[in-house]
Amino acid sequence: MARAPAQSAALSLPQAQSPSASLWKHAWRRLRRNKLAVAGGSTIIFLAVLALGADVIAPYHYTTPNFGRNFEFPSREFLLGTDHLGRDVLSRIIYGARVSMTVGVVAECIVLAIGVPLGALAGYYGGRLDMVLMRFVDVMYAFPRLLFVIMIMSMLGRGLLNIFIAIGLTGWVRVARLTRAQLLSLKEREFCEAARAAGARNLAIIVRHLLPNALTPIIISLTFGIPEAIFTEAALSFIGVGISPPTPSWGQMVGENQQFIRSYWYLCVFPATGIATIMLAFTFLGDGLRDALDPRLNE
Amino acid sequence: MVPYIVRRILWMVPTLLAMALITFTIMHLTPGSPLDPVADNANPLSPEAQRNMAKQYGLDKPVWQQFVIFLAKAVRGDFGTSYVYKNRAVHEIIRQAFPVSLHLGGMALAVALVGGLTLGISAAVYQNRPVDYLCSLTAMLAVALPNFVVAVFFILLFSLVLQLVPTGGWDAPSHWLLPTLTLALGPMAIIARFTRSTMIDVIRADFVRTARAKGLHERRVILVHVMKNAMIPVLTIVGPLFAGIGTGSFFVETIFRVPGLGRFFVESMTGRDYPMIMAVVLLYGVFLALMNLLVDLLYGVLDPRIRYA
Repeated sequence: MARAPAQSAALSLPQAQSPSASLWKHAWRRLRRNKLAVAGGSTIIFLAVLALGADVIAPYHYTTPNFGRNFEFPSREFLLGTDHLGRDVLSRIIYGARVSMTVGVVAECIVLAIGVPLGALAGYYGGRLDMVLMRFVDVMYAFPRLLFVIMIMSMLGRGLLNIFIAIGLTGWVRVARLTRAQLLSLKEREFCEAARAAGARNLAIIVRHLLPNALTPIIISLTFGIPEAIFTEAALSFIGVGISPPTPSWGQMVGENQQFIRSYWYLCVFPATGIATIMLAFTFLGDGLRDALDPRLNE
Repeated sequence: MVPYIVRRILWMVPTLLAMALITFTIMHLTPGSPLDPVADNANPLSPEAQRNMAKQYGLDKPVWQQFVIFLAKAVRGDFGTSYVYKNRAVHEIIRQAFPVSLHLGGMALAVALVGGLTLGISAAVYQNRPVDYLCSLTAMLAVALPNFVVAVFFILLFSLVLQLVPTGGWDAPSHWLLPTLTLALGPMAIIARFTRSTMIDVIRADFVRTARAKGLHERRVILVHVMKNAMIPVLTIVGPLFAGIGTGSFFVETIFRVPGLGRFFVESMTGRDYPMIMAVVLLYGVFLALMNLLVDLLYGVLDPRIRYA
């Protein structure tokens, strides 16, 4: 676990090297033995390939309309049918994987980039900064999160960048709280005292000693944050304040076509299956990772 | 206990004030105005008309003044007139739509509690047997799937394939079934998961062994001795869950065409209906705070070890 301390030359602790290697190796072995997690991971890789190679894989472009051929049920030519503008649903679903994947990864990176440093500073230094931050966190918790995100989106307007902003602004609170709690307990431990006694500066203690030890809970929160971000994008696009058309997003396809569900069920059902697949894949992988990284939880 | 309740309610005031301030700031900081709507099929207004309208709604005053005026009125329960539904007061809309949402949410919570507890208890009692795996799998599915996705599959299955219930509406009890089930599924799964894990902890406790040693019937051991102690942590999550049901209903209400508050909320957001947005945000805030307070009080009833100071 304490890989980073071993890397800093001035404070190298020789015995810290071996448990580090075995932690990740053991976690990897446990993860591979978990069938659901492997299935989830493979699905994510598959969807990532779809997203990256959409230009090659998709049979048509997502904006290509086929006039006079709208609302066609699945056929050999259009495997998943066509929508109200005669656009190929399969192609739109393939391109839609891009939006979901990007949102999941980028938005969570933003959440981490804000949450971890703020939480770490508050937890380590305490005092007034901590108090201000925690009061703010309390207020943010009083908002139902989705309501807040919808509010930000309808003010900023539609678009991928705004989705990142909205998720980042609301999501960091949870990570900050988690990181703060971790550092509060870690900074009292002996290795931290030892580092301080050896003359390490505060910043070095946080970055090299405390954060690496708080990595496991942060990774676990990340694996649950990604599906949450994907869900948020789908939900926003569903009610029409998310992605801006004509870019296809699964949530937007479900929302736009739910009015036709009685006559043209396939327009809704296939993108909904897409959302279900990606959410389940990330959840299974997340559960597996949690069990693999923290075997104590899985008694 | 009374001073405790009073103090908790007084603490809600600064929280709500902060919520109002944040919402107000975000609304006014972002570019655009309600007089220059970005919504579909909105008519552009001439600058003169915009100025007149601004004056009528008090939007020409400095922002801080608007906030003070809003607060002064809100304290008396006056949230103004909706910008989108021009001849209707905000409190009127809420009085009409909120009970529908509350009705839907209440039914969903009841289903979630009954279903979640049943699932969780049977999973804990028959640990590592088929029921347990079934419970874990259902719980995982239900937690991971967004409720509008569940709604689509439910409509497909129950309305289109089996033709049991209509696809939407809110006039007869047969209309209530699908929205309630959809909304209940996620919270039900969370309750089931939580119940299972706390039950398993309690089942291993010494007093349970004592109860069994006394020769009590297993059903009595589980339902009285284990349940009573396992319910305390489960209660903690019910408050936030109810708030989740509240916000989750935006989607469910949209898909099933339920005339609740969720639909108005989304419309008011995109239409920049300032009075409506403020009222709804504060309503949800008060609601969440009250639910949490209620849960904390129930805590004390269930667990006499907890004292309020």
